[in-house]
Amino acid sequence: MNLMEHMGIESDRIHFSWISSAEATKFVKVVKEVTEKVKALGPQQHFKKNDAKVA
Amino acid sequence: MLDYINKIKEISERLLKDCSVEMVIGFRQGTLPMMNEPCFARTPEDVGQFVWDSNCGINLANYLTDRKERIGIIAKGCDTRNIATHIIENKISREQLVVIGVPCKGMIDKHKIATLFADEIQNVTENGEKLLVTAGGKETPLKKSDVLQKNCAVCTHRNPVFYDELVAEKVAEQQDVDRYADVREIEAMAPQEKWDYFESLLSPCIRCYACKNACPLCYCPTCFVDEAKPQWVGKGQDPADVRTFHFLRAFHCAGRCTDCGACERACPVGINMRVFTKKLEKDCFEQFGWEAGMSLDERPPLDTYRPDDPNDFIK
Repeated sequence: MNLMEHMGIESDRIHFSWISSAEATKFVKVVKEVTEKVKALGPQQHFKKNDAKVA
Repeated sequence: MLDYINKIKEISERLLKDCSVEMVIGFRQGTLPMMNEPCFARTPEDVGQFVWDSNCGINLANYLTDRKERIGIIAKGCDTRNIATHIIENKISREQLVVIGVPCKGMIDKHKIATLFADEIQNVTENGEKLLVTAGGKETPLKKSDVLQKNCAVCTHRNPVFYDELVAEKVAEQQDVDRYADVREIEAMAPQEKWDYFESLLSPCIRCYACKNACPLCYCPTCFVDEAKPQWVGKGQDPADVRTFHFLRAFHCAGRCTDCGACERACPVGINMRVFTKKLEKDCFEQFGWEAGMSLDERPPLDTYRPDDPNDFIK
């Protein structure tokens, strides 16, 4: 994770969580948190490959 | 340097003569200046080729992977740490090896020297701290400390960490060097700035894989970049693929990298890919107090569990 951040991926895009299958409420909370943070950053521009141009 | 060379020859010859090893791995003069190449001496007569100077930056531990015979190996501080890593990872056994330790005063940076001269460099001779570079028919004196490889300038383990023979008195270790100044410089940047920094760093990369071939840690029979089914990473020059290669290679070296500088030295276009591996080396040092290859008995942090392992990043 540190290296991802180190090379320029915003830290708010990377999340780690340990959720048991019994912890539905925690799961919802984490998903909400992750989506909020990623939405705030906007679409990822880096580290993605554009589809090859087909004529 | 001459006393180093004589001692290396003397020890190697003795080991080969009494058959305690089947070959000795060392260096011989390369065909180009500042490019010493590995040399495998199998008979006492072969040891005459051995040299030692400030161009022996190749990490010889690279040539030990899965060898079955008894081997004598000339090893600098960083080489011995990589040999220790090899032993820990069962790539060779300690009993097979006679380590001929060489206290090291740093290797010179051929990329840096090449940039100092407009003409092609024809010859480099050295006398202690003084270098004499011949380029375009003119001789120019240089100070060795000004043109050290970047990793050598901040090295704190110049002496072999373990050895069977030692070719000279141990040298004084460098004190008060700031090993991670370059890493911190990048850490202080904003995300976009970091991204751009690495983008321009990697833009000349031609995916020749010299860095992974020179690296003693990269010994997988098939590297992830060479696999086709599944294809983990594209094989072209797409910046995302280039980045993925360097990024994943660095991760594969996490907790194993000794910052020997072989990758950077091997790069034909002069990319300092150590900025990837060094960040992980710094993290290992700060989070686990770990420096790779310092002992043969301790397991590396990534294959041990300790209750106090840092885990703040898990929410």
